[in-house]
Amino acid sequence: MEYAIQLKNVTKTFGKVVANKNVNLDVKKGEILSLLGENGSGKTTLMNMISGIYFPDSGEIMVEGKKVEIRSPKDAYDLGIGMIHQHFKLIDVFSATENIALGLDKKQKFDLKEVKKKAQAICDKYHFDLDLNQKVYEMSVSQKQTLEIVKVLYRGANILILDEPTAVLTPQETARLFEVIRNMKADNKSVIIITHKLHEVLEISDRVAILRKGEYIGTVETSEATENSLTEMMVGKKVELNIARSAPVNPVKRLSISHLTVYNREEVKVLDDVSFDVFGGEILGIAGISGNGQKELLEAIAGLQITAQGSSIEFYEKGKEDQPLQLVGKTPKKIRDAGVHLAFVPEDRLGMGLVGSMGMTGNMLLKSYGNGPSPITDMRAPKKMAEKVKKELEVVTPSLNTPVSRLSGGNVQKVLVGREIAEAPTVLMTAYAVRGLDINTSYTIYNLLDEEKKEGVAVVYVGEDLDVLIDLCDRILVLCGGRENGILDARTTTKEEVGLLMTNLRKEGK
Amino acid sequence: MSEVKTKEPLVRIIKRDRSSFGYKVWVRAAAILLALVVDAVFIYSVTGLNPLSVYVVMFNGTFMTSIRFSWAMRDLVTLLCIGIALAPAFKMHFWNIGAEGQVLMGGLATAMVMVKCGASLPTPVLFLVMFLTSVIAGGLWGFIPAVFKAYWNTNETLFTLMMNYVATSIVACMTNILRGKASSLGKLNMSTQVGWFPQFLGQRYNINILIVVILMFVMFFYLKYSKQGYEITVVGESENTARYAGINVKWVTIRTMIISGAICGLVGFLIVAGRDQTISTTSAGGNGFTAIIVAWLAKFNTFYMALISFLLIFLSKGAAEIASAYSLNDYAASIIEGVILFFILGSEFFINYKMIFRGSKKEVH
Amino acid sequence: MSNLIAWIIRAIPFGTIIMFGSMGEITTEKSGNLNLGVPGIMYLGGFAGFASSYFYEKNSADPKGWICVLLALVAAIAASMLGGLIFSFLTITLRANQNVTGLALTTFGMGVANFFGVFILNGASYTAAPLAYASFSKKIPFLSSKLGILSKTVFCYGFLVYAAIILAVVLHYVLNKTRVGLNLRAVGENPGTADAAGINVTRYKYLATCIGAGLSGIGGLYYVLDYNQGIWATTGQIEALGWLAVALVIFTTWKPLNCIWGAYLFGMLYWLYQFLPSILGIKVASYVTDLIQMVPYVVTIIVLVVVSFRKKKENQPPESLGLSYFREER
Repeated sequence: MEYAIQLKNVTKTFGKVVANKNVNLDVKKGEILSLLGENGSGKTTLMNMISGIYFPDSGEIMVEGKKVEIRSPKDAYDLGIGMIHQHFKLIDVFSATENIALGLDKKQKFDLKEVKKKAQAICDKYHFDLDLNQKVYEMSVSQKQTLEIVKVLYRGANILILDEPTAVLTPQETARLFEVIRNMKADNKSVIIITHKLHEVLEISDRVAILRKGEYIGTVETSEATENSLTEMMVGKKVELNIARSAPVNPVKRLSISHLTVYNREEVKVLDDVSFDVFGGEILGIAGISGNGQKELLEAIAGLQITAQGSSIEFYEKGKEDQPLQLVGKTPKKIRDAGVHLAFVPEDRLGMGLVGSMGMTGNMLLKSYGNGPSPITDMRAPKKMAEKVKKELEVVTPSLNTPVSRLSGGNVQKVLVGREIAEAPTVLMTAYAVRGLDINTSYTIYNLLDEEKKEGVAVVYVGEDLDVLIDLCDRILVLCGGRENGILDARTTTKEEVGLLMTNLRKEGK
Repeated sequence: MSEVKTKEPLVRIIKRDRSSFGYKVWVRAAAILLALVVDAVFIYSVTGLNPLSVYVVMFNGTFMTSIRFSWAMRDLVTLLCIGIALAPAFKMHFWNIGAEGQVLMGGLATAMVMVKCGASLPTPVLFLVMFLTSVIAGGLWGFIPAVFKAYWNTNETLFTLMMNYVATSIVACMTNILRGKASSLGKLNMSTQVGWFPQFLGQRYNINILIVVILMFVMFFYLKYSKQGYEITVVGESENTARYAGINVKWVTIRTMIISGAICGLVGFLIVAGRDQTISTTSAGGNGFTAIIVAWLAKFNTFYMALISFLLIFLSKGAAEIASAYSLNDYAASIIEGVILFFILGSEFFINYKMIFRGSKKEVH
Repeated sequence: MSNLIAWIIRAIPFGTIIMFGSMGEITTEKSGNLNLGVPGIMYLGGFAGFASSYFYEKNSADPKGWICVLLALVAAIAASMLGGLIFSFLTITLRANQNVTGLALTTFGMGVANFFGVFILNGASYTAAPLAYASFSKKIPFLSSKLGILSKTVFCYGFLVYAAIILAVVLHYVLNKTRVGLNLRAVGENPGTADAAGINVTRYKYLATCIGAGLSGIGGLYYVLDYNQGIWATTGQIEALGWLAVALVIFTTWKPLNCIWGAYLFGMLYWLYQFLPSILGIKVASYVTDLIQMVPYVVTIIVLVVVSFRKKKENQPPESLGLSYFREER
């Protein structure tokens, strides 16, 4: 059997972090290989070494049986390796054609018209919906991905690497992508798909290679694999998918949202007339394909989005259940000053929830630094709080003053969640609270949320893993295209039902 | 498929996790030493003089007599104070390249008050008015680019740079009016000495030194321990985090730049009242630009700023001394200073990054 | 009318100085490097050009004009590229902060030029290189005399004025119509993407910065050997011109073709104080002329503000301007 690419004992470290340790991997010609692993298992790092972004610390890479050194993306291209990154490598102010022409073989004459003609032929062949004259900054996410694929196809890559390609796609788009991938396979090309979605793995790939915590676990034939066997290899032990879920006790209305509409900067409606209530003592899950308004919904409640006319967000603070407070039009500071205990764990931890260059103590201050009349910050209270969070959540950090950006992802999240629950919130909102965390930390977080719920806190949990949503939450609100597309009882619903609502907007529901 | 290179890269660069304090000091000392060697080669090749004896002469520029030392201190605090002014702006990641203009506007305001109100106001009130107008004028010059940055994200580096020349032009215009038919402005209020700082420990500019030293402590404290300093750090780190924390980013941007500009304006006040007793388009003397380098290298720590300012003043005084001793010219100072800055700037690389050479990592297998 | 002609005749050479300066800076900035060392580089170019032709004229028994021109150009470009190389090494290889390095380069370039200039001056307040001046300011034979008003306003300058225009067109072509230009713009917009596309980011940054410095240096050369009539004197004038060149880059919104009219407009604005009053037939006090000198800068600020109001992607600075690139950042 001929191998397109082989990796032997590849190791890569970043400082003290081992991203890949002695990884072995081989890809045959004309096969589709899934690279499976949890977030942070080193999948992307490994692929970046094949595509010339990183250089391995040790180990060998062989292409078609010959040992090669891939020192730059150019070397990778020369070897027929093309990678489609999760974060698109496109130039915003360039047109699609210009982006395709970028970095083409120097021996060919530079002729944008010719490039456009050939690219158009590729688009026609695979029925890609792409305007080659359009500037990238005017494109949608899926158009950008299409452009990336055309770019790689244009270069006639023999080995195609796709980094979580379906994360941003609708089911129809995913189906079309898989069609393209099968066509490439038929063309005797090799395709590597990085993913952590099991059903996709089973649907598309010939073989599955599994990484766990930077280490190579093994490769199995897809035909011999099941979701359970793959999960076991991926997480190392049989995962108890049953999350401890307590029954809601004495639910009290805490948030009442009605007709919430938000436009983004490009004047596009990202939230469209959303209405729902949140109760204390329950976890309300919010499901949806990423980018369907989840981020804007939480930010609107937290006072970080400008809401359209007619929107209403009423907050029922503890002890003031008969005097709801209107949050619309209030800044985060005004909301806090009004005595509202609203905790918010945003999706972007270091870019929004925390200050990377500050230590735990400094970060504890983030929301409360302004308390009191003194112009000087009071460091004692936050220091105590940091100590408490460190102890209770078992945060691993050299000291309370070590910049949190130096901590691992799980510890960063513990610091953030710890701060948010420390001040006894009435409502706790979390966005992708376990993204990038290992299984153990994820379960720590699930249990923390359940604890909060037991204490009567109204928890809003935006998540992407449907299994978790169904096992953890009491009710699940599904967002689709910025609209509330149904609220389900998590105890009785099925994955299929949620999935359907995520992808199919009900005609005219409400 | 084209041919494939088979050699691994000669050198790879990786980011350091962190460097110890001792290592940082070592790297910087090595950089300065290397720069001095390069400068020595330069001095020798141009003049044929023994660089060591030239460096001794250079040392004299600052340390030969007590009055020289006091002049060096006078010039040091001018530079340092602008560095102090820039610190909050830089910490906020706002590139205020407009200190030169902000200083000039502050100085001009001071000079105008001295001339126009010198006869009518009692001395303490006069000083108060001079102080206030200089601070307001400098603050205004910081305020304008800040507003545009805050509301429309207008590039502040280029905006503040342009504001320098607008200020220069205004100062040229006003000094032109003030001097009337005379060829140069000369000292203001020469006969009455109204609006001049009083002698303090023998020199008027000693008041400058005193004020700047106090300011050095205040600014250090402000950035590290005050609520506003906390806000500045958060805004500088990430605007989204700042908004999340309920910080009014626009207001903090504007407020910080007003403070930055106002302290620059204060420098103008000190220059006019304490040092020169006059105003011209060159009153700031390029300190506004040099201070940018000072503030950047010191990483917003005002005490480090004092050290770096001292190094630069020592160099320029020394170069001036060399110039007069060997009948060269003052521009030698710019060259020597330039070389040292290049080396210090380059040395940051060795603090932030680590190089791994081919062949030095075989044992990893 | 004659006033207007006189104004144009002053404005175009003035514009040419900063046109070279800003075309060089556009080239540099297109690669994502913000080089605030332009004034220093123009000093280096101006001085090297002057010194080489000065010594040649002085030491050669029979100096030839064309050798003078060639020598000066080579020396100016080489010296300023050396300045660009220092900047490149520090900011690209050692990843030093660009703003700070640029300012240090300005100090350094000004120091070098004036320091060695003093040796040539040797006590005098100025020295001249007359042959170099004559060669650089030589007019086009037929066009400069036979076409009436056109000769007087359009064809009465040294060859560098026309070279600048041609250069702007060439630069526009290279940036927008060639592979090199596409790659360069990609590097300045998003070096990570350019890198992934197999473009050697470091090489492009180095070349663009050094070539850009070379072009800026010609501006300094033109100032000394043509505009200033081949006279060298210790001066702070070039620094102001250098910053004006930086301003012009913003004014043109990073487009070389805009440089042509933009530079001349700046020239007109710069000389506004001298010619506008007489054209309008009014007399203004000398302090007003001081005030009018700010006009080019104010205009630049207005352009900067208007561009940021309109947020049109095509008019923004290169996306990664001022940032250094490190591939393994994570």
